[in-house]
Amino acid sequence: MTATVATTAALALGDDALVLSHRLGEWVGHAPVLEEEVALANIALDLLGQARFLLSMVGDEDELAYLREERAFTNLQLVEQPNGDFAHTIARQLYFSTYQHLLYAQLAAAGGVFAPLAGKAVHEVAYHRDHAEQWTLRLGDGTDVSHERMRRACTALWRFTGELFQPVAGLDVDWAGLETAWLESVGDVLRRATLTLPEGPRSGAWSAGAGRQGLHTEPFGRMLAEMQHLHRSHPGASW
Amino acid sequence: MATAAAHRAAGTLMHGAADAIGEAEAHQRAFDAAVAADERIEPRDWMPDAYRATLIRQIAQHAHSEIIGMQPEANWITRAPSLRRKAILLAKVQDEAGHGLYLYSAAETLGTSREELLDKLHSGRQKYSSIFNYPTLTWADVGAIGWLVDGAAITNQVPLCRCSYGPYARAMVRICKEESFHQRQGYELLLTLSRGTPEQHAMAQDAVDRWWWPSLMMFGPPDDASQHSAQSMAWKIKRHSNDELRQRFVDICVPQAESLGLTLPDPDLKWNEERGHYDFGAIDWDEFREVLKGNGPCNEQRLSRRRQAHEEGAWVREAAAAHAAKHSNHATGTEGEQA
Repeated sequence: MTATVATTAALALGDDALVLSHRLGEWVGHAPVLEEEVALANIALDLLGQARFLLSMVGDEDELAYLREERAFTNLQLVEQPNGDFAHTIARQLYFSTYQHLLYAQLAAAGGVFAPLAGKAVHEVAYHRDHAEQWTLRLGDGTDVSHERMRRACTALWRFTGELFQPVAGLDVDWAGLETAWLESVGDVLRRATLTLPEGPRSGAWSAGAGRQGLHTEPFGRMLAEMQHLHRSHPGASW
Repeated sequence: MATAAAHRAAGTLMHGAADAIGEAEAHQRAFDAAVAADERIEPRDWMPDAYRATLIRQIAQHAHSEIIGMQPEANWITRAPSLRRKAILLAKVQDEAGHGLYLYSAAETLGTSREELLDKLHSGRQKYSSIFNYPTLTWADVGAIGWLVDGAAITNQVPLCRCSYGPYARAMVRICKEESFHQRQGYELLLTLSRGTPEQHAMAQDAVDRWWWPSLMMFGPPDDASQHSAQSMAWKIKRHSNDELRQRFVDICVPQAESLGLTLPDPDLKWNEERGHYDFGAIDWDEFREVLKGNGPCNEQRLSRRRQAHEEGAWVREAAAAHAAKHSNHATGTEGEQA
């Protein structure tokens, strides 16, 4: 593994964690119950910790987070999607945390440069996955209203899931096996939640691997503007 | 649970002169004896109705303050200027939600419910700390809140660790540990800004200028105008008067401001050799009363936001309840999916 390839992979994983952490941070003060204020902030904090570790493998974490333009970020489009209602946030968490848990389990086992991080983070991510699964069950198999909202959310985000399995250079992962395990797991949770796997394409020419190539959706630029504004207003300052 | 002195007092009275004195008075004497002996009152112990009502009011308002207090700081989570600061801030607001949870639980031991208390908050029948009606206009406000607002809260709350009501006192032990950690982080944030660029220093000074007086108001009205103080002190819910605590806070802050390289916005602030304390200028009690009445800069915004989160979350809470009900019915005698 060359340094450049490891750098690409660390940025991809670090950007995923950084961007999703930011989105979850937007929930603080808005959650439906106090326990979820704690849970969502807790998950955001775990992801931010992972992001800081991964970005620091590449360079200065703050330069990378605050001074790159939108086109230089390589996170998945899934994680940059706006929070929407609680069902959208949970669907995004279900798709991503299942992916991240399976991915980190493989990276931990593979023993490469990402094994130390993955081995530690896999425990945090198992909690994130459980949280998302339990809420998917409650919303899917709750009231008619919550069922419909959960169904809509899973469908709306479905087209961003193909990108999860585009191989990332530098990651020693069985991508086909990852995809099979992911489909099985998410399918099982949705079935138990009285929902079904959405139909329709999981990616298109417009989106296959796009986030990893620095091609993002429109809301992402606005998210970065908010995140980077203060840091960029004081060049060279320490905080 | 109670309280050797209380049992002794109650036992003597119940077996001895119970007929003459009556059960109510026996309870009252047992309660008074326990308070006098610095013993803890516990949820199953008898307590005067007014003591229960005062504690519910105070603990609920304390819980509400933790929850509303998340908003001014959450205002900066998505704009925190470094990843380290962002992590610290996220952890802090998470702690505050946790403090709210402990405090609602402590209030519930007195026979109320979180739902009822939140309803009172949302309808304006219960209050939260006036300080959270001020806006966070710059990043330095996050530091000023940590240093001054959390500092004032700690000065108020450390004596509550010895409060006569056990569940509240125990919640405060845990909360005070975390609060003093937040306070040090706030101080350190301001110190970094104060020693940073001229723009950062000015930002820190401006924040301290705006938060100083509202922080002094956190101790409540002056002693001669404080309606609950005397009774609360007699019950050992409160241990010190508002003005005593306010003076203690000023005495702590002045040297800290000097170490920070920042000034406090009070021309009358000066050391009084004779008293052994800092003298300080007059607080604008008209402003305080206006904020309490709902006319502060952010009262409307804070309460609307809280109501909005609650209302928009109703379908989620209903789903969780429906799911739990379905699965407890299905699961009689068999294994059910866990909610």
